[in-house]
Amino acid sequence: MEASAPAVSTSRSITVTINGTTYEREVEARKLLIHFIRDDLDLTGSHIGCDTGNCGACSVIVDGTLVKSCMMLAVQADGASIETVEGLADGEELNKLQTAFRSNHALQCGYCTPGMLMSATALLRSNPQPSEGEIKKALQGNICRCTGYWNIFKAVKEASGQ
Amino acid sequence: MTSTTITPERVESDAPEATQKGQSVPRKEDRRLVQGEGVFIDDVKRHGMGYIHFVRSPYAHAHITSIDVSKAEALPGVYGTLTGEEVASLTEPFFQLAKAPASNLQDYALAVGKVRYVGESIVAVVAETRELARDASELVEIEYDPIAPIVDARMAQGDAPVLHDEAGTNVMWEGSFEWGDLDAAFAEADKVIKIDELHFHRFNSTPLETDGALAEYNRGTGQWTVHCNNQFPGFAAIMMGPALRCGLDKLRFVTQDIGGGFGNKITTHPQLVVCCLLARKLRRPVQWTEWRTDFHMSMSHANERWFLDTEVAVKNDGTLLGFRTKALDDTGAWLRYEPLGCIIWSQVAPGMYRWRNIRVDFTQVATNKAPCSPNRGYSRMQHLWFTERVIDIVAHELDLDPVEVRKLNYVRSDEMPYETPNGCVYDSGDYARMLDIGLELVDYANIDARRADAKARGKLLGLGIGSTLDSGTNNFAQSQLINSDLQFSGNNEVATVKLDIFGEIVVTLGTVPQGQGHETPTSQVVSDILGCSVDDVQVRAGHDSYWNSHAGFSGTYASQFAVTGLGAVKGAADMLASQIKRLGSAVLGAPIEALELAEGSVRIKDNPEVALPFMACGAIINANNAGLPDDLEDVTLNCRYVYKPSFQVPDLERNFGNLTLTYATQIHVAVIEVDPETGYYDIVDYAAVDDCGKRINPRIVEGQVMGATALALGAATWEIYAYDEDGNLLTPNFYDYHVPHALDMPPLKTADIESPSPFTPLGTKGMGEGGGAGIHAICAAVQDALRGNGDAIVSDSHNPYHKVWELLEHPAEAGGHVSVVNA
Repeated sequence: MEASAPAVSTSRSITVTINGTTYEREVEARKLLIHFIRDDLDLTGSHIGCDTGNCGACSVIVDGTLVKSCMMLAVQADGASIETVEGLADGEELNKLQTAFRSNHALQCGYCTPGMLMSATALLRSNPQPSEGEIKKALQGNICRCTGYWNIFKAVKEASGQ
Repeated sequence: MTSTTITPERVESDAPEATQKGQSVPRKEDRRLVQGEGVFIDDVKRHGMGYIHFVRSPYAHAHITSIDVSKAEALPGVYGTLTGEEVASLTEPFFQLAKAPASNLQDYALAVGKVRYVGESIVAVVAETRELARDASELVEIEYDPIAPIVDARMAQGDAPVLHDEAGTNVMWEGSFEWGDLDAAFAEADKVIKIDELHFHRFNSTPLETDGALAEYNRGTGQWTVHCNNQFPGFAAIMMGPALRCGLDKLRFVTQDIGGGFGNKITTHPQLVVCCLLARKLRRPVQWTEWRTDFHMSMSHANERWFLDTEVAVKNDGTLLGFRTKALDDTGAWLRYEPLGCIIWSQVAPGMYRWRNIRVDFTQVATNKAPCSPNRGYSRMQHLWFTERVIDIVAHELDLDPVEVRKLNYVRSDEMPYETPNGCVYDSGDYARMLDIGLELVDYANIDARRADAKARGKLLGLGIGSTLDSGTNNFAQSQLINSDLQFSGNNEVATVKLDIFGEIVVTLGTVPQGQGHETPTSQVVSDILGCSVDDVQVRAGHDSYWNSHAGFSGTYASQFAVTGLGAVKGAADMLASQIKRLGSAVLGAPIEALELAEGSVRIKDNPEVALPFMACGAIINANNAGLPDDLEDVTLNCRYVYKPSFQVPDLERNFGNLTLTYATQIHVAVIEVDPETGYYDIVDYAAVDDCGKRINPRIVEGQVMGATALALGAATWEIYAYDEDGNLLTPNFYDYHVPHALDMPPLKTADIESPSPFTPLGTKGMGEGGGAGIHAICAAVQDALRGNGDAIVSDSHNPYHKVWELLEHPAEAGGHVSVVNA
C-alpha cells in the first residue's frame, strides 16, 4: 500500500513591523512582499508597475536597505522592520522630500512617486548632499513615464538643502 | 494676426497677482499622492471579490478547435470562468466605426473560434487570489489549428491569409485625399524628390499603471458599477451598452487617480465587458489588474505606418509646392478605435508648412499583431514625422540648410488664423520665432565650431529640428469622413459648480485626468470668477457617471482639457457668479451692477462692509429659502454647464472642413554626438519650445512638455514593439522594452511663447501630446551627423545605436532610397 504523502505546509506565520506597527499574519510561502503589503495589510501606497523588478514603483526600505518589494517574498521579510511611503509624513505634515516633490512638480500621475520617494530617502540617508550624477544613479531603478525625471532631480537636490 | 510674446520668468504662486490664472499654483492632487494616499484601480477592494486572469493565445493566427475549462473550474478556490462562446451568446459584437466590409468584423470581448495575435484573450478565470487565478489558467486546455500569420503590413494584401473572413479582406479602410492642384504643382516644380519608403515604427507610452477594473453587479437594479482607469468613459459606454444589451443608465463608471494614460487607456471596453459578465455570472465583485506583459502584448499600440512612393514638388530654393504619398497603416488585429487614425492625421495635413497641393492615398490593413489604438500624438505624430522627414530629405538632396527650408515654408504668424488646403484652421502661432528661440538655446550660432570640436574628439555632431502641431479639441464629425453613416459630430464637456449649505464651493468635472492635474487649474479658474482663494474650491477627484457631470465626449484625451474642460468650468462658474449676485442684490438691496464677488462674499463695490458671505448664500438657497422673491426661483446655486465648441460637419465629398479647434505648437532642437565606431550617440544639448496660447498653470504646462519629450526620446532610440516572423512579440516587458531611465536623460532647456487662441473661452489650447517632436528631432540629428559620413538618409523613426551603426557602415542598404528628378 502506498503511503500518502505528508501534508506540506505552503504557508507560514510571519511578523513584520511596518512604519512602526507590528503585524502578524499567515501568508502563502509564494506571496510576494509587495502583494502582502498591498493586499494583506491594505497599505496601498506602494505600487506595482512591471512585475519584473524593472520599475521600482514597489520600492520600500527593509531593515535600512532599499528593496524592490516585488523581488522578495513576504516570508523573507519575517522579523524585518519595513518603511513605506505611508510612513514619510509626520501626521499631516509632509517631510522635506515630499514637499520638494510637490513644489518642483516632480510628479504627475503619482504612480511612481511612492517608490521614487523611498529611493530618494535611501539616497539622502547614505549621501546627504548628492551630486546630480549621484541622484540619477540612485534613481535609475525607478521608472517614471510622466515627468521625464528632470523635475525629480531638482526636487531631490532641493530636499538635500543644495 | 495674433501677437506673440515671450513670457517672463515663472511667477511663484505666493507673488501678489490679480488673478490665479497664469500662476504656477502647486497642485492640489500632490498632497495625497506624495503620501501614497491616491486611490488607483488596484487599490479598490470589495469583500469577497474574485481576481480575474486572462488565458491568452500563444499563436499569432490560429483556429481554436477546442476549449476545456473543467480542470480549472475544479480547482478549489476558483470561482468560475468565461469563454468566448459564452461571450458570443451573452453580448452583441462591438459596434464598428468602419464602413463595409470592415464593418462586418465580429469583435467580441474574448476570442471566438479564432485567435488573431499573440496575447489575445480567450478565457477569463476568476479565483479567490491572484496567484490561484493564474494557477487555474494553466489548467485551461485549448487546442489550436495554426494559420500563417501576417506581420508585415506590406504583405497583407494579394494572396495573404485573411484575418477576418467576415470582411473578406485585410484592408480595413482605404480612401484618397487630394487637395489643391497636384498637376500644376508638379508642373511648376524645378525638382521632384522621390522617396521610396519611410517607416514609422510601433510603440506606445506604457503608462506605469496598467489597465484594470473592479466591477460590481446590482441584481436588484440590473446595474453595473465599473471602477476603472479608462480615460474616455464616454466612448467605453457607447461601445459597452449595445454589446451588453443595456441602457447607459445601467453602466456607472467611476475613476479616481489614474497612473498615466497617454491614450493607451481608451480602448479597455473588451476587458470591462468581461468584468461585467463575470460579476453578474459569479454574483460577486470581480477585479482585474493587467499584468505588465499583458499590457505590452495586447493594449493600444500606436499605429505603425509606411509612406510609400512619396514625391515632393519643390523649387530650387526649397519652396515646397506639393507632395503625394501612399500611406499604409498597420492597425493590428482589431479595430478598437480604428479606423479613426485614417483621418485624424489630416488635422495636420500640411504639417506646419505652406504646402497647398497634397495627395495622400491612405490604406489601413489588419495584421496579426496587437490592436492599435490612440497613443499620445495619435495619428498626427506619424504624419508630422513624415512631413519633418520630407523637409530634411529635401534639404539634404538640394544641399540646403534645414533651418532655412523650414523658415521659408513655415506658415507665418501674419497668416494666422491660417486655413490649410483641407479646411482646417490653425488658430495662432509664430513658428519661425519659436525655432529661433530653440536654436538660440542650443547655441546654434556656434554650431560649426562645436562640430569641429566634436570631430577633433572623434565624434560626429548632428543637429536636428522637430517641429510639431498638437491639434486639440476634436470635431468628431471627422469620423464621418471615415464612414458617412456615423452620427457623431462636434464635441462637448461638462462641469458643475455649486455653492453648498456651509459655503463649500464644489466643482465636478466630466474629465478623467491621469496625471494632468485637473483639480488645480480648475480651482484657479473658479477662484478668479468667484473671488475666493484656490484653497476654497473643492474639486471632486476623478469621474463618476452618477454625478451628472458628463456628456457624450467626456474624458481626457486628444489635447483638450484647457479648452473643453476649463471652458465648461468657466461656463458653470460664470453661471454661479451670476446667481450669487442676483441673490446678493435681493438680500443687500443693491443693483447687480453695484456688486462684486470678493473674499468669499458678494458685496457692494463702493461699500465692501456691506457683504453677504458665501456661507450665508449657500444656507439661504439650500436650507432657509422661505419668502424669497419669485424672480429668484431659478437660483439654485448649483450650476451645470456644457461647453460646446462651434463646429460644422465637413464637406464629405472634398474631405474639407475644420477638424480641430486649436493648434498648440512645439519645436524641439536636438544636438547629438555619434560615435562612428559603434553608432552610439549622446544627446548633448536639447531645447523644447512650447506655445499653447494662454497658460493657466505654467508649471503644469512645462511638465507636459517635459513628459512628452521623454516619451519621444524613448521611442526614437529604444522603444519598439518588435515581432518575429511568427508574430511573437519580442519586447513584452521592461527588460526588452527599454523606456528611458534617469541616467538616460539628456540636459533639457525649455522656453515658451504665448499666442492666445482666438477661438477658446480662455485663450488656451490643449497641449498634452507634443506630437513626438523628439522623434523627429533625433531622426534629423542622426541624418545631419551622418552628412559627409556616408550620407545615409534616415527613413525609419526608430534609430537605436545598432541601426545608426548600420547607417554608417551600409548607408545605401540601411538608409532610405531617394532620387531627385529635374522637373
